[in-house]
Amino acid sequence: MRVRVDLNVCQGHGVCHMSAPEVYDLDPEDGHSIVMLDPVPPEHEDGAQLGVDSCPERAISVVSAAVGAANNAD
Amino acid sequence: MRIVVVGASLGGVRTAQALRRLGHDGPLVLVDAHDRVAVDRPPLSKAYLAGDDPEPRDLLTDEQASSLGLELVLGRPATGVDLASHEVVLADGRLPYDRLVLACGSHPRRLGRLTDRAGVHLLRTEVDAVALRDALARAERVLIVGGGFIGAEVAWTAHRRGVAATIVEPLPALMVRGLGPELGQLMTERHRRLGTDVRLGVGVEDVTGERGRLTSRLTDGETVESDLVLVGVGTVPATGWLEGSGLTIEDGVHCDSTLAAAGVPDVWAVGDVARWWHPRLEEQIRVEHWTNAVEQSGVVAKNVLGDAQAYDAMPYVWSDQLGTRLQIVGRVRPDDQVCFVVGTAHDDAFVAVTGDGEHVHAVVGAGATRELMPYRKALVDGAGWSDVLARSAAVSPGTP
Repeated sequence: MRVRVDLNVCQGHGVCHMSAPEVYDLDPEDGHSIVMLDPVPPEHEDGAQLGVDSCPERAISVVSAAVGAANNAD
Repeated sequence: MRIVVVGASLGGVRTAQALRRLGHDGPLVLVDAHDRVAVDRPPLSKAYLAGDDPEPRDLLTDEQASSLGLELVLGRPATGVDLASHEVVLADGRLPYDRLVLACGSHPRRLGRLTDRAGVHLLRTEVDAVALRDALARAERVLIVGGGFIGAEVAWTAHRRGVAATIVEPLPALMVRGLGPELGQLMTERHRRLGTDVRLGVGVEDVTGERGRLTSRLTDGETVESDLVLVGVGTVPATGWLEGSGLTIEDGVHCDSTLAAAGVPDVWAVGDVARWWHPRLEEQIRVEHWTNAVEQSGVVAKNVLGDAQAYDAMPYVWSDQLGTRLQIVGRVRPDDQVCFVVGTAHDDAFVAVTGDGEHVHAVVGAGATRELMPYRKALVDGAGWSDVLARSAAVSPGTP
């Protein structure tokens, strides 16, 4: 599983980080979400999905393995 | 296995989506009295009302409903549940279920006939939000009855749109249920500094006149003239249709810690309508916030499919107002002491913890999401009051 944060949509609520701190961190500069695990290992998939579901801005999506990755750039 | 979900709003839609994701491939029915699935509500009192968001967001598009294989039963109010025969009773028929999820939400509390007068608005649905947004666009003055989060958000939006706002609130501060008296007073002062006329300790007795020229008589004898009135005095769980069903209804559907309806097989509740035993807070609570409905949906879906997870997440709510974002994790109790751990009461951005001197009950932040997180973690981990204060002394607070 891979998840991606759309930084144009993320408003820094931080709910993903509350839901799954092992998967999502917050950028020290602007508070935007950063995906820490890419791909997300099976034991953290529940948390990653909770982050997707609980984003008030719907900024986080599950992407196919082929897309992923490029979201960690600050 | 046939699963019926009553309520096509946040909790119901998210539960249905989670059920499919978790592998339920049998019949899945989503029922609602409205003839369409609800929109996502938080922006209705925030960006959408301010005109920043042009369109409310659908919780479920037709394409999504179709790809999930949902059977949508819309525009048909449920009038009861027959627990013995495992059927939801509709005005015009019956829907059998094997498992039932009650996600019927809540209604805005009305103030008797006062809310029927033209020009007096409620704010709950997309239709309400359109009407309020249009009325604000033509208004010079708005009276807001109720100083909770909705009232405060609308006052802020009115201010941004150049509409003079008066808030009437019977309690001694704005948002006092969410923030407690001390932080509530702090935010009340911030609203007042913007020019919002906040009247505390009073209610509204009567509204007369017509749309565009309303006169509201307050309980202290004062009168307030306004173009429109918004009534935002909380919500009541939509359980009227469940009376007499055999379910225990006590300000919501009485549930155990797994959100299963107490003493009844095969029924769960989710979102505003669920009053469940919170194992961590050790009380029976009902929470009306967005995040609560979302997170409960995932747990209820698992439990409907055979799991028995307790739902013990710390309540979380945010509110966009005063040009910042308020965030509250946990529950502020009325008698809590308040300690600022990042910034001070004089700073725009701050984090405060509240508690009884032994336990931390809540963490409240304004414009300080990232700074709030370690204190939230301490709260979730059950850290003691003195440990949390020691932590704040150990880090140099600085300006967030």
